[in-house]
Amino acid sequence: MEPSFLFGQFLGGLTAAMFLFLIASGLSLIFGVLRVLNFAHGSFYMLGAYLAFQFVQWVGPRTEGFWLAALGAACGIAVLGGLVERLLLRHLYGREELYQLLFTYALVLILGDVAKITWGTGQLSVSRPPSLEGSLNLLGVIVPHYNLFIILLGPTIALIFWFVLQRTSVGRIVRAAAQDREMLSSLGANVGMVYTGMFMVGSFLAGLGGALVTPTQSIVPGMDVAIIVEAFIVVVIGGLGSFWGTFLGALIFGQVLSFGILIFPRFSIFAVSALMAVILIVRPWGLLGRPLR
Amino acid sequence: MTRPLINRIPWTLIVFLVLLPVPFLGSRFYTFVATDIVILSLFATSLNLLLGTTGLVTFGHAAYFSIGAYTTALLMKNLGFPFLPSWIAGGLMAAGFALVFGFFCVRLTKIYFAMLTLAFAQIVWAICFKWNDVTGGEQGLPNVPYPGLDWMEVLPLIGDLRVSDKFYYVALALVALCYAALRRITLSPFGRVLTVIRDNPERAQFIGVNVRLYELAAFMVSGAFAGLSGALFGIFNRGVFPDFAFWTKSAEPLIMTILGGMAHFWGPAVGAAALILLNQQITSYTEYWPFVLGGVLIVLLFVFPGGIVGTLTKLGRRIGGRDA
Repeated sequence: MEPSFLFGQFLGGLTAAMFLFLIASGLSLIFGVLRVLNFAHGSFYMLGAYLAFQFVQWVGPRTEGFWLAALGAACGIAVLGGLVERLLLRHLYGREELYQLLFTYALVLILGDVAKITWGTGQLSVSRPPSLEGSLNLLGVIVPHYNLFIILLGPTIALIFWFVLQRTSVGRIVRAAAQDREMLSSLGANVGMVYTGMFMVGSFLAGLGGALVTPTQSIVPGMDVAIIVEAFIVVVIGGLGSFWGTFLGALIFGQVLSFGILIFPRFSIFAVSALMAVILIVRPWGLLGRPLR
Repeated sequence: MTRPLINRIPWTLIVFLVLLPVPFLGSRFYTFVATDIVILSLFATSLNLLLGTTGLVTFGHAAYFSIGAYTTALLMKNLGFPFLPSWIAGGLMAAGFALVFGFFCVRLTKIYFAMLTLAFAQIVWAICFKWNDVTGGEQGLPNVPYPGLDWMEVLPLIGDLRVSDKFYYVALALVALCYAALRRITLSPFGRVLTVIRDNPERAQFIGVNVRLYELAAFMVSGAFAGLSGALFGIFNRGVFPDFAFWTKSAEPLIMTILGGMAHFWGPAVGAAALILLNQQITSYTEYWPFVLGGVLIVLLFVFPGGIVGTLTKLGRRIGGRDA
């Protein structure tokens, strides 16, 4: 096999990984702080894609309005997430995990139909913004500018989050909320706000991921339940609640999928599920996570 | 200690007898719905052996359902095996896989347990979806044959019925046997230990119970019955498809169980009946059944966490004047 072919395969995996990182990082943040495994995260991702499509129709396709549409979609999903947490999910924190899981699954059912009712069941697509329509020849591989942008966006977002979580007072409170909710609230912090805020940030990331994926793949019903399993696999590999773990998990997932297709053409989706199972068996808290108390 | 009266009533037999006249109600549709309920209620009840009895939240029960369905369908369709051995083989195959997967799952707790069951189910799904030579891949296995039911012709009344009505009786009888078995298992000393594990695993460990071994046994038994249910469903559905193993299929028996009430043996069966009847009603008005189901589920989680049976029991106690 030629090195340029392998490099192309690697870049493809990297692009997929950064998309997955956007989505899975939101899932991981929400789990890390709220201890809720949010099945509806995939639905937020799908709605982000549909919203972006809608906004692009309004601001005009094939214009730089795409960026506004994407940002608007992500913010819309953040607001939706905030409402869901405030009005409903909040009342289930004291209950067993099963109830929280089923609640988020109920959202999957409802939001999936909302999307179908609003946008129908056909395939929708969004074109790339004009500024990133071109492509570039990188070591003999043709890489669309848009993919390059995604590859750079992933680490940028990761660094922003690292900085906010580790170096600011807001980040300190969030980390404290993840460690000991009661202690934090007795110190006078508004834990309820932290929870709502984190759920909104997580939802924002899902919405952003959905919005940004639209120029690379068509929007179809069912993308919600497909992506959530992949996001689960990513966070499990890296460690539930671990931010850098999610980054690593996404990188591994992307490459396994990308090169798995070369080795076992049919079984690459099998390979990633198997990887998740192996990680859970050997190291349930993931590569970079810590065991839950 | 004598068992309370309510436990001494042979409920399985009563339900079985009540359901016998369904094909004579005059509509092919009633038989269809009743068969659906009977088969899927077994799926939900098998899950509840883990959920309600042992306190294990699994999100991958569809794996065993689909393994049973594929095994039986393959044996009957491709190898021409008779129904009964194929059905039993479906259950055994599901039990075997549940034993292997469960061995790893029961070493984990809570969310990790749920995630690993999900991971195994997705592996099964990926295999069903992609292994074209055996499972038919994305297209699945259509045209699974009905069992040979000619022997039923000698039976009075039933002999002249349609094949689907006859199959209803086969399913009803086999599921009733499964219920009798599951009921025995739940009330046996083994089942009691499972309840102890649910309520307090540490204490169970202290009094010398091998918690993992019991959980594994429960996992295997539960998987076996899920497989038996899936095997019947594949024939009823006239085909087996990879969707049977997808993670959303695992949510179905969970919803049925929560709807009926997981604290009661009959809860999942009641939930399955309620869910399927509701589905039939709703889908005649609108195609957006998931939307309605999601709404029902949310109301259930917030307002009636005990499910139908739980709420009725509470109501009954209040009317009876006893403290709930």
